[in-house]
Amino acid sequence: MSAPRKNARRIVRDIAHARAGDKGNTSSVNIWVYDPADFELLKRSVTAERLKRTFPNVIRGKVERYVLENLHGLNFVLHDALEGGVNSSLNLDSHGKSWSYLILGLELADPLAAPGGAGR
Amino acid sequence: MAKSRDHFRIGTGAGFSADRLDPALDLAKRGELDVLVMECLGERTVAFAHRDRMANPALGYNSHLERRMKVLLAPCREAGTRIITNMGAANPRAAAERTLAIARGLGLQGLRIACIEGDDVSRNVPRDTPMMDEPGTLADIDMPIVGMNAYLGAEAILPALEAGADVVIGGRLADPSMFLAPLAHRFGWSAEDTDRMGAGSLVGHLMECGMQITGGYFADPGFKDVPDLSQCGYPIAEVADDGSAVITKLPGTGGRVSTATVKEQLLYEVHDPARYLTPDVTADFSRVRVDAAGDDRVRVSGAAGRTRPTQLKVTVGFDAGFQGEAGVSYAGPGALERGRLAAQIVGERLRNVHRFNGPVRINVIGESSLFANAETPVADTQDVRLHVALRSRSKEDAETMLWEVESLLCCGPAGGGGFRGAIVPAVMTKSVLIDRQRVKPSMEMFVA
Repeated sequence: MSAPRKNARRIVRDIAHARAGDKGNTSSVNIWVYDPADFELLKRSVTAERLKRTFPNVIRGKVERYVLENLHGLNFVLHDALEGGVNSSLNLDSHGKSWSYLILGLELADPLAAPGGAGR
Repeated sequence: MAKSRDHFRIGTGAGFSADRLDPALDLAKRGELDVLVMECLGERTVAFAHRDRMANPALGYNSHLERRMKVLLAPCREAGTRIITNMGAANPRAAAERTLAIARGLGLQGLRIACIEGDDVSRNVPRDTPMMDEPGTLADIDMPIVGMNAYLGAEAILPALEAGADVVIGGRLADPSMFLAPLAHRFGWSAEDTDRMGAGSLVGHLMECGMQITGGYFADPGFKDVPDLSQCGYPIAEVADDGSAVITKLPGTGGRVSTATVKEQLLYEVHDPARYLTPDVTADFSRVRVDAAGDDRVRVSGAAGRTRPTQLKVTVGFDAGFQGEAGVSYAGPGALERGRLAAQIVGERLRNVHRFNGPVRINVIGESSLFANAETPVADTQDVRLHVALRSRSKEDAETMLWEVESLLCCGPAGGGGFRGAIVPAVMTKSVLIDRQRVKPSMEMFVA
């Protein structure tokens, strides 16, 4: 289903798909691997700490991660991440619908690195 | 009603206020549905509906209600399909009366239209009520309140179904509850059967956004391809007495139902998957199974539930004044630099000449707009657009901003064209909680 890009570092979009939703000023993004064999790589690549560190000006609050082992998915809850929410934000995308692609654009961790070595 | 089969068949005919109508008519005609649900209310839409009602007491319901009802009432009656909708928004009574007039105009004698009220709690919520998920109270917001709506659950809808309603119209009916209520009615599920409340809420949660489970909000060419998206079909849930369901769509429609579309919707707008709060149950989606069951057929099972919350969520809408948006485009060599210069000019003019220090956002679309605050690297481009958004209690501030952006045509960088600007009313919403005993839903039947 996926078509890995040539001559480029692989990104999360190469192994997973995602959807973003909003409630008030909180965004939630769920991410699912196409192939269960990539689930460990996804878990190492996309951590709550990495999202908080990478997007400090988008995610003003805490980040929570829920792991669905049975369905090979992650659910991220991004607090204070919508400039006040759909009725307050002056962002063109006031729902944060595009936050799924913010995360899908992150580079994957090195598949050969030891667990816990999620990249910057 | 009462089709001769052991599963219950629910379709979604709208997943948000502006959702498509023609696929809903297709479902009404060919779907052999027990129930067609139209979910048309969000945090934004209910607040705007209150503003509409304040301007005209006969309005405040979904602006597409008339066109939807004119098209759907007759085929739904012919098929024995009940309609359940929250298109009443801030004015369910006016929506029900309008629907009654449409039914009479269509000659649908005897059609039973139930109006559900009681979600408007603006007289029951004191101003010192604390916010749900942030510090402070309602009194800290220096804006006029336009409306307060409590989320009503299945128990507010059941009396209408028991009274034989063909059409159920409410205001802030909770999205999943519009699906759970007819399931509980058909199968005789008790409100204390929390696992079935959870299972029925999962069906509602999966279905409430319409095409978001049949291929909408999903396609990503080359990665997630979806066939014939312009003719995408709305979803159908075939629900069994144990609460498990098959999600599918009509043959011949565009779109796709796959384990991937179902999983993305499973956690859409969900925080803790083991603790999804609705007025009816604390639903647990953490052990849900999602299994392929044929072409465009996916089986979902394994949802559970625990005791429902003792409090109901209330959306409080405020009049936030006005929002102005305006833009000018630049293309060709140096477009990016000219767009950035335009952004700088507008910022300086608003700050230094007009002394505006309220909320304003100035972005260059093509360089960075949606992700502007994320500071992600961007590609070079030769086609950019200055975009300015401003909100103020004063309409004059918004007019000033539009004027400044338009002035760039003669006073700004070279080659700027395509000015457009608009000023729209702005609302803001906050959420609070209210004890459920203080919310008293009521039902009234209108007969055509």
